[in-house]
Amino acid sequence: MSAAVEFEDVSRHYGAVRAVDGVSFAIEDGEFFSMLGPSGSGKTTCLRLVAGFELPSSGRILLQGRDASRLPPYQRDVNTVFQDYALFPHMSVRENVEYGLRMKGVETARRAREVEAALEMVALSGFGARRPGQLSGGQRQRVALARALVNRPRVLLLDEPLGALDLKLREQMQVELKSLHRRLGITFVYVTHDQGEALSMSDRVAVFDRGRIEQVDTPRNLYTRPRTAFVAGFVGTANVVGGTLARRLTGSERPFSVRPEHIRFAEPGGDLVGVEGTLLDVQYHGAVSRSEVEVEGGALLTVSLPNADGEAPGPRAGQAVRLAWSRQAMVPVVEG
Amino acid sequence: MLRALSTFLYRRPALTLLLLLGPALAWFAVVYLGSLVALLIQSVYTFDDFTMAVTRDLTWANYRALLDAANADIVLRTLGMASAVTLASAVIGFPVAFYMARYATGWQKGFFYVAVMLPMWASYIVKAYSWTVILAKGGVAYWFVERLGLLPALERVLALPWIGGQSLSTSNLGRFLVFTYVWLPFMILPTQAAIERVPQTLLQASADLGARPVQTFRTVLLPLAFPGVVAGSIFTFSLTLGDYIIPQLVGPPGLFVGAMVYTLQGSVGNVPLAAAFTVVPVLIIAAYLIAARRLGAFDAL
Repeated sequence: MSAAVEFEDVSRHYGAVRAVDGVSFAIEDGEFFSMLGPSGSGKTTCLRLVAGFELPSSGRILLQGRDASRLPPYQRDVNTVFQDYALFPHMSVRENVEYGLRMKGVETARRAREVEAALEMVALSGFGARRPGQLSGGQRQRVALARALVNRPRVLLLDEPLGALDLKLREQMQVELKSLHRRLGITFVYVTHDQGEALSMSDRVAVFDRGRIEQVDTPRNLYTRPRTAFVAGFVGTANVVGGTLARRLTGSERPFSVRPEHIRFAEPGGDLVGVEGTLLDVQYHGAVSRSEVEVEGGALLTVSLPNADGEAPGPRAGQAVRLAWSRQAMVPVVEG
Repeated sequence: MLRALSTFLYRRPALTLLLLLGPALAWFAVVYLGSLVALLIQSVYTFDDFTMAVTRDLTWANYRALLDAANADIVLRTLGMASAVTLASAVIGFPVAFYMARYATGWQKGFFYVAVMLPMWASYIVKAYSWTVILAKGGVAYWFVERLGLLPALERVLALPWIGGQSLSTSNLGRFLVFTYVWLPFMILPTQAAIERVPQTLLQASADLGARPVQTFRTVLLPLAFPGVVAGSIFTFSLTLGDYIIPQLVGPPGLFVGAMVYTLQGSVGNVPLAAAFTVVPVLIIAAYLIAARRLGAFDAL
């Protein structure tokens, strides 16, 4: 069984700019695979390379084991949900969804059936006659999904599909996308800059930075075992500690990452290591409170503590505090 | 003082709107609609052939006169030429506009704009006259065709009825070439603007859904850019309909609507019939716009 999508040392250059720089990875069939990174990190270019809107400057791209590096989009068995949905404004919802089948020459009766089924799948039955301009953002998103899925692609590409939706709708669509993925069993390739979205939805996540992949791993491993300082900082919040403080605590100057929720206001001892510092600020976030602490050597550490009911208020800003965490909480990382 | 005025206007948006739109609306009503109404009224006045005087007796005689073989001939000749020029401009202009909108960047874009606009900087009369020289026997066009060894082919084309003639400069083909040259920029610019407004992602989405480039062109780009082509065709069509210089300089004898109007109201003084002639292009353009609307040309606006 070959991978659904495979990149072999793929680069895409625009003049001197290396948008994608020697990237290799494989996406398994049926996987929910996310490409996560800040804007300009090369994740969207990678998606466009899979779709065929861009051709690689060097390297090979394989779809279902076959070299697709130079194939135009209309010869690839993948479909895309665009960030701005890219619905055809001069066609009705039905005509939009029907478009792919029409281009393939599917006969009219079957086309009508499949379009109805696809609209039903995204809960938009009865909207077929409307124009995209008459729909809300969430509805347009569903039409874009139906238009891609009606072609039964082996791979569905999603380019920040939820970026334009408000928070409530986004959370609802995340659940629906996940359940669609389970039902259809096809490969989803999902581009996002939202690490929460990537962690909660994906089987595996590739973290991009400056045209390269920093790490490809399961969400849990990305969070608990970040390989580089960049991954530690981008996936969740992390305190990356290096220099003399690292040497005193771990015996090596190699930086380590420790998550804010693993730090407590406590005395070191036993399995706990600790530092002294000054509490600069406390921010209330509802479920948790975040404290900024300046520790020896001038580094800033973030501490996240749950807000339990009826608990005595913690230390106040300006106070001297002691921080402690367990040795297992320290994950050595590569300086990014 | 100024601040007080601003505040006063801010609190009365309707008055502000009236002040801003008023002059333009007044211009439109008086100069444009007013003259059109004057034209319509003139076209039903009576012209006395003996006294050469216009009286205010209302009559349909002028419109009936349009149906005379000689006059209908003028209308049809003009209409045929305008249609041919418009069609040719659309076919030639679209690829140029497409390249300008989609592929040209930086200096190329500037180059294309200048290349399209540059002919418009020269006087229209100068251009029309130079074309008579270019197309005349012994002119540049003949020299070029001869060098290509295509002179026999050109002579065969000129021997055809309708488009042919004694030479290029006295044939309908030559007149058609000059018209197309003169009005082509008016087709390219609106088409280019319309193509530019079609988002790139729509073309990508079409390819993504399995459409070959030709299918994408037919089902996505052309329908969305069509309002631009319609806008351009209104220019090329009506400019050709109303022109009265080029038909006199290039091409076979036989009047165009514009030249006929010029003659009627100038040397003959038959203003009512001239007005009736002028109403023809107005009606044709109106019918054309309604047809374009029916076809859905403006749906994507």
